Amino acid sequence: MSDNILSLEGVRTNIAQYHILQGVDLNVPRGAVTMLLGRNGVGKTTTLRTIIGHWRAHEGRILFNGEDITKLPTPAIARLGVGFVPEDMGIFADLSVEENMILAAVSGPIDSARLEWLFSVFPALKTFWKSDAGTLSGGQKQMLSIARAMIEERKLYLIDEPTKGLAPAIISTMARALRELKEQGASILLVEQNFAVAKALGDTANVMDDGRLVWDGDMKTLATDADLQERLMGLSMETH
Amino acid sequence: MTAAPKHAPKMAQMTIAQRLSPYAPVILVVLLMLFGLVAIPSTSSWLTLTVSGLAMGMMIFIMASGLTLVFGLMDVINFGHGAFVSVGAFVGVSFLLLLENMTGASSLALNLTAMMVAIFGAMAATGLMGWAFEKVIVKPVYGHHLKQILVTMGGLIVVEQLIIVLWGPEEIYITRPEALKGAITFFGAAIEKYRLVAVGIGLVVFLAMRWVLQRTKVGLIVRAGVENGEMVEALGYRLRLVFVGVFIAGSALAGLGGVLWGLYQEVITAHMGNQSMILIFIVVIIGGLGSVEGCFIGALLVGLLQNYVAFLEPKVALISNIGLMVAILMWRPQGMIPVVKAK
Amino acid sequence: MLSTILSGDMPRSRILAALLIAILICLAFAPFIFPGVRSVDTAARICIFIVLVASYDLMLGYGGIVSFAHTMFFGLGAYGVALACTHMGRGFDALLVGSIGGAALAAVLAFLIGLFSLRVRAIFFAMITLAVASAVAVLVSQMSGITGGEDGLNYKIPRELTPAFKFADEKIMGVRMNGKLLNYYLIFTCSLLLFLFMLRVVHSPFGRVLLAIRENDFRAESIGYRVVHYRVAATCMSAAVAALAGALYAIWLRYVGPDTSLSMEVMIDILLMVVIGGMGTMYGAVIGATLFVLAQNYLQGLMGAASEAVEGLPILPELLSADRWLLWLGVLFILSVYFFPTGIVGRLREGKKT
Repeated sequence: MSDNILSLEGVRTNIAQYHILQGVDLNVPRGAVTMLLGRNGVGKTTTLRTIIGHWRAHEGRILFNGEDITKLPTPAIARLGVGFVPEDMGIFADLSVEENMILAAVSGPIDSARLEWLFSVFPALKTFWKSDAGTLSGGQKQMLSIARAMIEERKLYLIDEPTKGLAPAIISTMARALRELKEQGASILLVEQNFAVAKALGDTANVMDDGRLVWDGDMKTLATDADLQERLMGLSMETH
Repeated sequence: MTAAPKHAPKMAQMTIAQRLSPYAPVILVVLLMLFGLVAIPSTSSWLTLTVSGLAMGMMIFIMASGLTLVFGLMDVINFGHGAFVSVGAFVGVSFLLLLENMTGASSLALNLTAMMVAIFGAMAATGLMGWAFEKVIVKPVYGHHLKQILVTMGGLIVVEQLIIVLWGPEEIYITRPEALKGAITFFGAAIEKYRLVAVGIGLVVFLAMRWVLQRTKVGLIVRAGVENGEMVEALGYRLRLVFVGVFIAGSALAGLGGVLWGLYQEVITAHMGNQSMILIFIVVIIGGLGSVEGCFIGALLVGLLQNYVAFLEPKVALISNIGLMVAILMWRPQGMIPVVKAK
Repeated sequence: MLSTILSGDMPRSRILAALLIAILICLAFAPFIFPGVRSVDTAARICIFIVLVASYDLMLGYGGIVSFAHTMFFGLGAYGVALACTHMGRGFDALLVGSIGGAALAAVLAFLIGLFSLRVRAIFFAMITLAVASAVAVLVSQMSGITGGEDGLNYKIPRELTPAFKFADEKIMGVRMNGKLLNYYLIFTCSLLLFLFMLRVVHSPFGRVLLAIRENDFRAESIGYRVVHYRVAATCMSAAVAALAGALYAIWLRYVGPDTSLSMEVMIDILLMVVIGGMGTMYGAVIGATLFVLAQNYLQGLMGAASEAVEGLPILPELLSADRWLLWLGVLFILSVYFFPTGIVGRLREGKKT
């Protein structure tokens, strides 16, 4: 088995008549945080949705733990141990916070020690445990969405823009949660537009442009090279 | 860190109207009953009508609940749902006719046993049929409303005709089990026993359904799936299996509704399912497509209104339900309890 | 010239063209080619159903809207003529008032239903029309004082359109020159004009927007077309034409009743005709209606014969009995939606391309 928990080999995804992914090769090392960066609309979200099986790769292979999951249905992929936090958070507004979490614990009752840890990271969840998730604020919804992925130990976490549109105080909560998850040795593929967060969390970085991977390497290398950032993403991290 | 949530004070600012708004549909039922009390001159007739209205509403709810859930979960609209009502009625009534010595006996226990056999036989038959219907008729046209409407309508025609092939073209008359015949007198109002049984069964079904939806994991999956099926799958649940399960359960309930309805009318025809679709559609539209609670309240409104109006002005009874639908759609275009879709 | 009459929509398939020409000729000379009361009656029914089915196709095939109230609109036209003839007395003015009144009422009703349901979701329309149409059917049979209830209405139409009126003494090709013949040609001419009118509508800019909406209503909306307005307009137009077809039917039969014009059975017939002929093609209505009406009149006898042939076997005679013909149509209907969603016309046109 390689030391990559997830590998994409030449993945192409079409949505209707549009070719969104045009041959993505991506490696996610085990036990590290892999950043997926790039401007809006270059295919980051589509990459995550293709991995979880919401979209289908028309060409190429996706290997998870050495197993070909390209053609597996979404529930089967999730059951292999993939936690997914979609861009729109995907919380069930009509269900209470508790019910959202019960659903997220796929393999049985909620582990209470893990729940206590999540409460310590996201105290708001404890406060609103019995409330409908639809009544939460945007930041609380995002916490719930991430907590749902974290309620069970997954082999891989796919997290799409967890800090999008959040206030700075909540972003730091979010960053802390992800850091604690990382310290537990989790493998994470993280799409992030907030460069401060990316810089603090990322081990390796992958930059996408126009449906392809255009650069991969150490997050540190990217973080310290303003010219490279300018060239790859059309803007410098320092400006953020 | 996340301190006290900023939106909490909003709760206090809500006006009375806003706070009542979620309960408005329930209040509507009460208002309708009060209206009946005022409009109908004698209190005992009002009581009789109210019970029969509730009985009718419960039966419509039982028939309609599967349809609304199936739509909510997979966006599938089944115009052939009425076929299960007809088949349920025919299978159930056949059982009752077979067990004539039990239904004819004056022992309540024997009567109820016969009823149970008929009901479970009908539900098993329609459940099985639902499974086949989903596989053969519905599955090939997922995600295509126009074809769904056409194909399921075609399925309804075929099933109706098959009923005629198997049971003959004549309507079948059926008498209720001995112990359920007649009426009891309550505050001077004659109330048919059978209607009380129908109300009882309806309540049990509603409460059981609510319990499953609120308290079990399958129920959580269904509720979450109505809102955002994609995310349910991403958590690792096979929504398609759940959907097939709901389809089967909904079909079995329609079959139960068919038995109850058939005994209520004391006559069954192959077209009764198609005819019941009219009320079923009105109920699921005014309730809000996909909402079980809405379906329940909508069914009660339709049942009560139909009975009150039939007493006051018989000719406008069916039109009154159309009027109710128009009024409710003007008030809430998505139905009384609109179902929020994530997408 | 031909292209102008057909609004540029040529059959685009040799077999289809041949079929259409054959149907046109047969209908145009039906009283002479197929003399006899029953065959002329069949021809008139075909003419009327072509218009009715084409008007349904305008809504279903071009607008992508499923309606179960088409017989209601059809019935409004029929009852319009019947009531006008009953109350205004015998005369062409009664026919005209009845037809136009029925069509106007149908359009208004369609507008109201459309406004309520299409605003929310297109599938509401299917459910609401089913409910409203059934309610109206019940209402018509209950209000027997006005509508004659289940028995329907018999009435007198202008004498010039009845068999009692003879405009020439000698027969031509063995056919009597009487009012019934005139009546047939009135039906034929009106049907032809109405059909050509609808062909024009679907090939107008309005029709093209409808098609764009059917393909992708979100995109059509985002380009700036008010989808609801177009759909409601198509519904109204379709309803008005259906009512006119109903008026023609009432003129031909000199009788209206719930069974002939309002029942769910007629609605299912229309659905079968449009799907089997080919949705969204207009010519599908011609092929579908012709085939269906012919089959209804002549094939049922054949089924009866088949049923007698298997007499004694279990179930089979029941399945093949002439009364079960709707069963086989239902099966055919489901199969056509799955495998030939473009119907006979679509198939013929595809066959030409390959």
